[in-house]
Amino acid sequence: MRMEHPHYGFWLPPNISTHGAEIDKLISVLHWFMLVLFVGWALYLVYCLIRFRERPGHEADISGSTHFSLPKYIEIGIIIFEAVLLVFFSFPIWSKVKRDFPNEADALVVRVTAEQFAWTVHYAGKDGKFGQLKIELIDGTNPVGLDRQDPNGKDDILSPNTLNIPVNKPIIAKLTSKDVIHNFFLPVMRVKQDIIPGMTVPVWFQATQTGKFEIGCAQLCGVGHTQMRGFFNVMSQEEFETWYQEEEKSLLASSDEPLPGKPLEVAKIQTIKESK
Amino acid sequence: MSQDTHNHSHGHDHSHSMSHELPFWRKYIFSTDHKVIGLQYGITAVFFLLFGFGLMLLMRWQLAFPKQAIPLIGKLFTEDGVLSPELYNQFGAMHGTIMVFLGVVPLGVGAFGNYLVPLQVGAQDMAFPKLNMMSYWVYFIGGVIMLASFFSPNGAAASGWTSYPPLSVVADNGQSFWLIGMVFLITSSLLGSVNTIVTAIQLRVKGLSFMRWPVLVWAQVVTAFLLLLAFPPLEAAGVLQLMDRLAGTSFFLPSGLVVSGEALKVSGGGNPILWQHLFWFLAHPEVYVLILPAVGIVGEIIAVNTKKPLYGYKTLIYSIIFLGFMSFIVWAHHMFMTGMGVTMSTFFQATTMIISVPSIIILTTYLLTLWGASIRYTVPMLFAVAFLPMFAIGGLTGLPLGLTASDIHLHDTYYVIGHFHYVVAPGSLFALMAGVYHWYPKITGRFMSDTLGKIHFWLSVVAINGVFMPMFFMGMAGVSRRLYDQTIYAHGAAAQPLNVIMSCCAWALAVAQLPFLYNMATSWKWGKKVESNNPWGGTTLEWATASPPPHENFTTPVEVFRGPYEYSSNKKPLPQFVQEA
Amino acid sequence: MSVIIPYIDKPNPVTGVTNAKLGIWLFLASEVMLFGALFSTLIILRSSATDWPAHGSDVLNVPLATLNTVFLITSSVTIVLSWASLKMKNLMKFKLYMGLTVLLSFGFLIIKYFEYSSKFHHEHYPSTSTFYAVYFTMTGLHGLHVIGGIITNLYLMGPGSKMWKTEPERFTGRIECAGLYWHFVDLVWIFLFPALYLL
Repeated sequence: MRMEHPHYGFWLPPNISTHGAEIDKLISVLHWFMLVLFVGWALYLVYCLIRFRERPGHEADISGSTHFSLPKYIEIGIIIFEAVLLVFFSFPIWSKVKRDFPNEADALVVRVTAEQFAWTVHYAGKDGKFGQLKIELIDGTNPVGLDRQDPNGKDDILSPNTLNIPVNKPIIAKLTSKDVIHNFFLPVMRVKQDIIPGMTVPVWFQATQTGKFEIGCAQLCGVGHTQMRGFFNVMSQEEFETWYQEEEKSLLASSDEPLPGKPLEVAKIQTIKESK
Repeated sequence: MSQDTHNHSHGHDHSHSMSHELPFWRKYIFSTDHKVIGLQYGITAVFFLLFGFGLMLLMRWQLAFPKQAIPLIGKLFTEDGVLSPELYNQFGAMHGTIMVFLGVVPLGVGAFGNYLVPLQVGAQDMAFPKLNMMSYWVYFIGGVIMLASFFSPNGAAASGWTSYPPLSVVADNGQSFWLIGMVFLITSSLLGSVNTIVTAIQLRVKGLSFMRWPVLVWAQVVTAFLLLLAFPPLEAAGVLQLMDRLAGTSFFLPSGLVVSGEALKVSGGGNPILWQHLFWFLAHPEVYVLILPAVGIVGEIIAVNTKKPLYGYKTLIYSIIFLGFMSFIVWAHHMFMTGMGVTMSTFFQATTMIISVPSIIILTTYLLTLWGASIRYTVPMLFAVAFLPMFAIGGLTGLPLGLTASDIHLHDTYYVIGHFHYVVAPGSLFALMAGVYHWYPKITGRFMSDTLGKIHFWLSVVAINGVFMPMFFMGMAGVSRRLYDQTIYAHGAAAQPLNVIMSCCAWALAVAQLPFLYNMATSWKWGKKVESNNPWGGTTLEWATASPPPHENFTTPVEVFRGPYEYSSNKKPLPQFVQEA
Repeated sequence: MSVIIPYIDKPNPVTGVTNAKLGIWLFLASEVMLFGALFSTLIILRSSATDWPAHGSDVLNVPLATLNTVFLITSSVTIVLSWASLKMKNLMKFKLYMGLTVLLSFGFLIIKYFEYSSKFHHEHYPSTSTFYAVYFTMTGLHGLHVIGGIITNLYLMGPGSKMWKTEPERFTGRIECAGLYWHFVDLVWIFLFPALYLL
């Protein structure tokens, strides 16, 4: 199914991910609950404000003996409902999204590198293996420092600001940042993940419809934060393969010369353990 | 007090005349009188609130009409009159910082706490008057440093009020001003909270046991404990970030950073998440620092204006204490999207759900107090009543943010902005305004105008909902916060009409504050005079003394005979300080 | 009528403490949180580093730091003795022990100065690695607390001791508070020493 003109408005954007429906359902259950509770309180409040207003012949009941037990039951009800939300909605969804990753062999694995104020999507190419990244090779034409000399890196595709994926296939995106904290946000996929420099954070998702959408940065990353918009295209399997092959072809046509790069001075390097 | 005995009578006379003929600068500027210091805090805080609000009014022009020149005054800021992204980020960061640390907290804790806690416990002053003066001036210096940062070469801090590194570490000099300013503000809060706790515990008059404390005193003491224990970690974090910025350390910088094409020449090995933990360890209790003084004020006003005892006083107090305690173990729910694992998120989701329980109990006790009341609609009561549903909206909308699954979509969107603004703007700020109207007669001996107050109330209540309600819809639509121009995104452009509504309401809200400011200024001289010590029929100790109270607060010794909100059988209020039942 | 604040010299019969004593305990509670945050920083940075850049026992001068530990512990004892002397109404002995406390604290700072300057001499700065960053920041903040203590103690020994004549109980209370603060500074060092120098 193709979404030609995704409809955006004053409520949730369309959802084209396999896991998003559950999130949307939780959001709607929550808002009905909030609405019921609020309307209940508001009706009670308005009733009190009118019925117990100061007026001649009306006096406050100061006995202090009035005891209400209903609020206690409402409170207990709220606690039980919150426990249900946690156990039956939030915990399962969170562990599905954060823990139950698809097998890498069945999925398309991409690397997404964020920097002030652009995205670079790195595909492994035909061999399915990512080339080595070297910080000293980073320059304007090689934003991630991909080593084209490395046999695994020869056929890698770098796609500036555009994430193209095939529909109905699990995608694993490994997120890294070169400079500050960014946030990888795909509104239509219900994907949002901070990208912490020094760590590689994986996310996974699977699209159910094709169409042209957007990547957003959802964490203030500097003066060009707003501009950090990328393109997110969900293609049919055939479309995607055509695009992939054309990229490979143009890569071979360009040159066998390694991409130019001026070495950067790098201080003694320590690394943070990847956090899981 | 420290006169030698043979010199006693002379010394007494001397100090008597001292208290009345202190030079101007000792009486009003470097005063040690808690009432004067409270007013100093109040006036400074109102100034900062207006300033921070003003920044937002300018930002709202850019949000409603992106890249269009601000009419009339735009040229003051940039050459073409369009608010630049640089300025937008600076205004955003400073709006948050100023409203929280220089506005609401000093008003709620510094002004109301300082003025009312000693009066309500029957003390003649704070326990450490000189320390009290010092905390005001340290706060003042912190504020001046924050304001001065606008004039530093590249402007003020621009990394958000949360100042997440590495962005804040590689940012311009304004950030260093921000950090130094924060160290001052934190120090001020620490001194102030020690003073409040000691005053409330040590200087209680005879008969005032803990369970006879007015709810405002309880709220202030719990708040003071939160400040005392939660602020130091941010002070530590501030020092570490200053080290990163000025001494070249890498507390928050991991290895291998490449900023604008240049490898950062630092040792690396740091951890950006560390800052977030230290920051939110403060900043979540800080939310309760913003709301608890408001809860106290609303409790007092509801008790006085319903003309009946507060429902479930003990439950209310225990809830406030439990809330304060729980606020220390929920902080990481601000960090669900940082790549947090399943175990940690389970813990913090659970604690977040638990903390909603005492909040609902507090709200419920206030709502139940209204049952069987005889509600007198004074202006403070209007604001206090409006606080209840507004606080409820703020609290309820915290629910989808506290559950990780729904937070995936709503995190860092306008939904978050709407949520916490409902808590602090029509929540805390309404309560603080209610407090101004309620205690103004005590402070000045004159009432504020009722008509102007009602105009202020109705305009504000409509406008403020017009500002914050659309934010929930915009957040639902997925629009991220802190965007200079959301129309770049398709979903942002679709939600853009909401921005126009919000901006217009924000400007209307600004206009709505004019009668309030005028009322506050003119009633001081021309307001209707207060005829008794206790014009509202209050039951707590501050109503036992003259309006305004003399330098030593109580000219005759006071004593407490009963709980804070009791009534006699003939339905007359039975103040704590009156012996006869 | 002037403002009267009770429980300045005598404890509140209900709570059993003077205002100043309650105040200093609250202040120390916040100090615990301050240093607690810094120790947490050390733990988090160290446990998340694959390769901790340096070990204190290899690069820092452990014998000197041990001497410093002895200095601080001794000074904690002398400040208690100075307070006890006041309890026995002996101002001269108070001054003697307080003087010893200040001397020992100066000794601590002088040794710290030699430690720092030898580090700088070997071009080890806070920016060298996260280890040195933590080392300089934590010992530096602790050093500031020592300096603060010295200033307070010197004041109480010199001009501040005039209060002994007019309000002896209040003055003794002040010395007790200064002592509590000084014990805290000592305690922080007792945690810092193994955390930075030995582990």
